[in-house]
Amino acid sequence: MARFRRAYGAAPWHLLLLAGCFAVTGWIALRLAGGASAGRMLLWFLGAVIAHDLVLFPVYASLDRVLRGALGRGGVPSPLNHVRVPALGAGLLFLVYLPGILGLGDGTYLAATGLEPRVLLGRWLAVSGVLFGVSALLYAARRLAHRRRPSRPAG
Amino acid sequence: MPASPPPPDDAPSAAPAALWAGLARHRPPGVDAVDRAWRSPVRGPWLTSVFGAVLLATLPLVIVTGLLDWIAYGPRLGQALPRDVGWLHPPVFDWPTRPAWLFRVTQGLHVTLGIMLVPVVLGKLWSVVPKLFDWPPARSAAQLLERLSLLLLVGGILFQTATGLLNIQYAYLFGFDFYTAHWYGAWIFTAALVVHVVIKLPRMVTALRGPGFARTPLERTRPEPADPDGLVARRPGPATMSRRGVLALVGGGALLLAALTVGQSVDALRRTALLLPRGRRIGDGPTGFPVNRSAAAAGVTPEQTGPGWRLTLRAGDRTVALDRARLLALAQHTAVLPVACVEGWSTTQTWTGVRLRDLADLVGPVDPTTARVRSLERAGLFREAVLHGGQVTDPDALLALRVNGVDLSLDHGYPARIIVPALPGVHCTKWVAEIAFDG
Repeated sequence: MARFRRAYGAAPWHLLLLAGCFAVTGWIALRLAGGASAGRMLLWFLGAVIAHDLVLFPVYASLDRVLRGALGRGGVPSPLNHVRVPALGAGLLFLVYLPGILGLGDGTYLAATGLEPRVLLGRWLAVSGVLFGVSALLYAARRLAHRRRPSRPAG
Repeated sequence: MPASPPPPDDAPSAAPAALWAGLARHRPPGVDAVDRAWRSPVRGPWLTSVFGAVLLATLPLVIVTGLLDWIAYGPRLGQALPRDVGWLHPPVFDWPTRPAWLFRVTQGLHVTLGIMLVPVVLGKLWSVVPKLFDWPPARSAAQLLERLSLLLLVGGILFQTATGLLNIQYAYLFGFDFYTAHWYGAWIFTAALVVHVVIKLPRMVTALRGPGFARTPLERTRPEPADPDGLVARRPGPATMSRRGVLALVGGGALLLAALTVGQSVDALRRTALLLPRGRRIGDGPTGFPVNRSAAAAGVTPEQTGPGWRLTLRAGDRTVALDRARLLALAQHTAVLPVACVEGWSTTQTWTGVRLRDLADLVGPVDPTTARVRSLERAGLFREAVLHGGQVTDPDALLALRVNGVDLSLDHGYPARIIVPALPGVHCTKWVAEIAFDG
């Protein structure tokens, strides 16, 4: 037991559990392999990880860094989160409703719904505008409250 | 060996020790810079565990409702998609017709909850992303295998979310069969999730039992003590958002998505689904509710559905043909029933027509075991559907001729369509040409 643990780095159940997981995946891979679209599925599976970990995350982290640089020490109370929060909201909506916002999938959309796809970019911009607007109003209110009570520590 | 063995992450470099030690020594350029770049003081076991607990409570619901959807399609009738799945499937049963809202709720939940979890998944990934760039990538074979399973976990959830989101918005950018991909993707993800939960549950419980940060305001937000997993930043910067602020942000994102999605399942809120295809009606008036697959797309023409149209009923060697006038002369039954689609949207309408069991009586079988319904549609996956006995004999199972007090429109299946309580929308065959009863 101790020898196994030294060689492997964890208890035997750990290996059994992972073997089960890889068995399921391996069985599925064998089942799908050779199919015309197996390569595309694999591409999308790995591509999704790359798109998130090596594109989306670095992009939003870098934008946030720029934002912190610009607003991090700007004023009391800080406006930073009043930009961050609506920006993240708008970004989230864009990510989730991307096909509608960009009007993708024309043929399939028409066949499924009986309607021509509409580019909903304007709607997304409007919802995002509302998010930024509400956030700006809240910021203005907080600033006002802060000025009236100057003795309170920065929040 | 100690009484309480250290978890894999702490394990001293296991054999072949030289390999793992060598890997740790050979730090590629850049890893130190990346290591120093993690500044957020709120990353740590507590925040990751809160996200983990939320996902642990909700993801099983998404998984189970997804499997129920496969069962609702009728694997016993050879209609579940994908069809041939080998041994990897849940126990199958005949999908009930009651409650009538069953499929609307299970599938609405699958899609709506799946969408609401997007910010939670992104938050969880953000909280652990420094681990991705850790060096060495593994200190033992155990750790290496575990990290490989994490690739399946993260790839699985992102793949399921991406394919699901594209499917409900009819943008098949991926170019493979959605049903096959989403089904097998779900199993890969679920297996990896089980592994992750079994391995990490003790960590999560410990972190959540420890000091909480749910009430800590920004000015008192400090990093947690260094943790064995290395989630806590080594050189944290000042806090710009409290942990409760991060949770409110993620929760707010989930609620925003819910507010913009639920309208596709609730008629009174239809227009609030501002950015989804199913926030749109196809017109005003009693037949203006959303359509699934237009007559034009199905290749059904007004000539086929005109005065020459006949409904053929078959049972054994008995055949009866009825035109629409004769159908309207039969006993009519009205039922208020939802029609719900696999894409999560649904709508409730008032349908009027002939009970399927009355139609069965016309050709003989007292107790039909199945009914095979064929559409005028010549191509397409759903031009034919089989109903099981319970679905044929339900008192609200109809061959609908009218909806909301008017004739069906061509897009809604004129001259006649099937409506059965809790039956997935794609099996509520439109433009019915023939029903063959068995029994």
